Amino acid sequence: MSKEIVFKIRRQDGPSTSAYWEEFRMPHSPGHNVVSALMYLREHPVNSRGEKVQPIVWDSNCMEEVCGACSMIINDVPRQACAALIDELEQPIVLEPLSKFPLIRDLMVDRQKMFDALLKVKAWVPMDGSWDIHRHAPLIAPDDQSIRYLFSRCMTCGCCMEACPQFHENSAFIGPAPIGQVDLHNSHPTGKYAREGRLHAVMGDGGITDCGNAQNCVQVCPKDIPLTDAIARIGRQTTAQWLRDLFVK
Amino acid sequence: MAAKPRIIIVGGGLGGLWATMRVVERGFNVDLFSLFPVKRSHSCCAQGGINAVLDVKGQNDSIHQHIVDTIKGGDYLADQPPIRNLCDEAPGVIRTFDRMGVTFSRTPEGIMDQRLFGGVKNKRTAFAGATTGQQLLYASDEQVRRYEAGGAVTKYESWDFLSLVLDENGVCRGTTAMDLSNMQVREFRADAVIVATGGLALIYGRSTMSSNSTGAPAARVFQQGAKFANGEFIQFHPTGMPGHDKNRLMSEACRGEGGRIWVPRKEGDTRDPLEIPEDERFYFLEEWYPAYGNTVPRDVASRAICRVVRHMKLGIGGKDLVYLDLTHLPREFLETKLGGILEMYRTFFGEDPCERPMQIFPATHYSMGGIWVDFEKDEQTGGMVSVHARNHATSIPGLYAAGECDFAYHGANRLGANSLLSASFSGQVAGDAAVAYVKGLGKDNAELPQSVYDSERKKQEEVNQAVMTSDGGENPFALHRELGDLMREDVFVERSNEGLDRALDGIGKLKERSHRVSLDDQSSWSNQSLSWARQVQDMILLGEVIAKCARMRDECRGSHYKAEFELKIPEGKFEGDPEYAEYKAKWKANNDKWLKHTIVTHTADGPQVDYKPVDLSVLPPDKPRDYR
Ligand SMILES: Cc1cc2nc3c(=O)[nH]c(=O)nc-3n(C[C@H](O)[C@H](O)[C@H](O)COP(=O)(O)OP(=O)(O)OC[C@H]3O[C@@H](n4cnc5c(N)ncnc54)[C@H](O)[C@@H]3O)c2cc1C
Ligand code: SF4
Ligand code: SF4
Ligand code: FES
Repeated sequence: MSKEIVFKIRRQDGPSTSAYWEEFRMPHSPGHNVVSALMYLREHPVNSRGEKVQPIVWDSNCMEEVCGACSMIINDVPRQACAALIDELEQPIVLEPLSKFPLIRDLMVDRQKMFDALLKVKAWVPMDGSWDIHRHAPLIAPDDQSIRYLFSRCMTCGCCMEACPQFHENSAFIGPAPIGQVDLHNSHPTGKYAREGRLHAVMGDGGITDCGNAQNCVQVCPKDIPLTDAIARIGRQTTAQWLRDLFVK
Repeated sequence: MAAKPRIIIVGGGLGGLWATMRVVERGFNVDLFSLFPVKRSHSCCAQGGINAVLDVKGQNDSIHQHIVDTIKGGDYLADQPPIRNLCDEAPGVIRTFDRMGVTFSRTPEGIMDQRLFGGVKNKRTAFAGATTGQQLLYASDEQVRRYEAGGAVTKYESWDFLSLVLDENGVCRGTTAMDLSNMQVREFRADAVIVATGGLALIYGRSTMSSNSTGAPAARVFQQGAKFANGEFIQFHPTGMPGHDKNRLMSEACRGEGGRIWVPRKEGDTRDPLEIPEDERFYFLEEWYPAYGNTVPRDVASRAICRVVRHMKLGIGGKDLVYLDLTHLPREFLETKLGGILEMYRTFFGEDPCERPMQIFPATHYSMGGIWVDFEKDEQTGGMVSVHARNHATSIPGLYAAGECDFAYHGANRLGANSLLSASFSGQVAGDAAVAYVKGLGKDNAELPQSVYDSERKKQEEVNQAVMTSDGGENPFALHRELGDLMREDVFVERSNEGLDRALDGIGKLKERSHRVSLDDQSSWSNQSLSWARQVQDMILLGEVIAKCARMRDECRGSHYKAEFELKIPEGKFEGDPEYAEYKAKWKANNDKWLKHTIVTHTADGPQVDYKPVDLSVLPPDKPRDYR
């Protein structure tokens, strides 16, 4: 095991300045992950040429791969930095910000687009209000519950969006994660009452037909969410909806 | 009152999101503030579950029993009327979560499953796989997004709440907050403010909590006059996985399924654990507590581990570590029973717990204490009036608190799976209360002149300026590490007055140094060092409150333990024995002296501590806790 941890980090001071690479070296100790190492560098902000630099800026919160904050590109793969153990990574460890979202600073990006998409596709179960109506939701079969659970763990981390060749600055494609959420809510016994609105939100320009079925999204999802299954299901539902819109209305 | 009253909610964990829903449903608009997208709030870390009596397991579980368990679990230190409502309304909260679409785990019939959790006899905990908190948070987030789509909620995500704007009568009339992108401070008008800003475990450096759970907002409103209560009561989880960044929670289930805790018998033994023969291992829980062995309650386990490591110097490699060993159990059994938990250890520690003993140590987990809040008692039911402007009101008029940042419900010790419940429920109650308060203000509550807001904003800008230009050489990240080391040394599981005096001394020095920082980041764009340096000052202040409260309380209650003042049940003696009677008399006398809330007020000379009686009207303490 090496005595040092070496990072090559792509840095940028702000959205309109240019990017640059900076190398850092720090003492190795077992058990480090990328975020804990960044924490060390934040306290000792000196690059490998011995120059004092501004501390690296990044996003993290839960430190256990459930909040979705710490996505970045680590040795070419978009993934959660808190769950990337240093001893399992090839060195120098190359860190870059996600490239498909507006950059804020260094490794921090703005994923507001994804939250906007959740709003657009109405990713919720419509209900009267949060007061108790003395009734549960309808029963849900354990098997259906397990499938829904796969999708309800989506932490809006954006790794799938980063990997998707169809999702980029010049395309209107809504991306895989929000389609997964359409599927989640369309499969709920009362959530499906509002199915039509969700389907319309992913039809047409930037909608589901923009997916080229490249499967990259599934490969990088840290939660192994079967996104392409959802895309297939929602694809069929939108086709049926298209026909309904044509003939019924 | 402004033409269109507004309510500000700070915090978008379960507490803040439930408050938001409730305020909107009562017809008011909400400005919702959070340090990051609310969907990433710490509530998503909770794994275990949420308590509510649904009695789906044929155990005749009852709401009364939930009330009793919560009161006793908290060693009687919580006001009891609100606990009644909490437990009464818990099934309704769960039903609502169910209607929101939460993927609760199901029985073969498709109804919600419930499981057993610590400190109780009945299966009362609803859960969603191993990510209950995440599932509850997401469902609440979705409902709030629905209201956002309708225009009733405006989100300010990536904003740091800095202070309240108070009028000349000390009434809360708005806030100031800093945009974490351009670091600009802005003022916001409001007719009422609710803080639901979560826990404060980061004061202990590394903890089981998220890296943003600093308690800073609580410290900020405390400095502006809100009273803080029961600060000394901090829950430590016996089995945390110490890490460089956080001490991740290792579930109690490991001990439940047969995990054994041990250290090498010989001080300074550096052998690989697998090479240490059975008779040279010290299974201290099994030796000291033969009846329960490794499954002794959380506080007992935490104290025993600390004793072995700190007093007997037997920690692994001389460090704050002991083994939690599963390697004697068959892999297949472990994978079925503990799959997700073991996966977590593998992911973050890089070792297989089926092959090698895990290394663990108690970790700071939850704060029972927090911002003091009131309630309106319903004399007829003995509970709290459901909707009333006094509920969850802080000592600053117009300011409400909910969720982990308040001090209610859990007394001296929180039961597992009760805090997702209290966060959601208290959010709802605080939302209702803030609306009732705003409605009660009437028209004579004149609009405040802009100058009041300007002057508070300027004050905060000056604080920023001072931090940015200071060149005293102190590094805020290092200061935080030192604070954590100090708190984990002397304000931890086992406390002594000597140690606490030392801690207070150390904190005093840190406090002074925290005003002499030099920031390595001089940028005015997305400067995380600036907001951190301010939070560190606040953490030091709350650390002082915690240590001071602990110093003053000369007894053992719940999570607060000082060996010097321990009242031990005489061994082998029961009701009827004279020794037991003598013990009981001492226990009563101690309650007369110490069964009271610690109430802290901020003064220029440091925290001032007073006490206040506890409302014990539902279940007065008649006999000591006895788990024999
Ligand atoms: C590992 C772990 C496991 C747990 N498991 C369970 C369990 O199984 N069952 C259970 O009942 N409880 C459990 N708990 C406890 C429970 O998760 C928390 O008590 C609860 O989620 C707190 O919710 P909250 O809404 O009060 O705060 P949080 O969810 O912490 O939300 C705080 C909010 O405040 C905001 N905020 C903070 N500071 C500022 C600021 N300066 N400006 C603006 N916004 C700010 C944040 O952005 C965030 O939105 C667990 C805790 C931990 C650590
Ligand atoms: S399958 Fe579709 S959504 Fe997924 S990566 Fe490919 S194009 Fe993108
Ligand atoms: S689907 Fe997976 S990769 Fe995509 S945002 Fe959700 S959790 Fe992240
Ligand atoms: S910090 Fe939450 S996913 Fe990494």
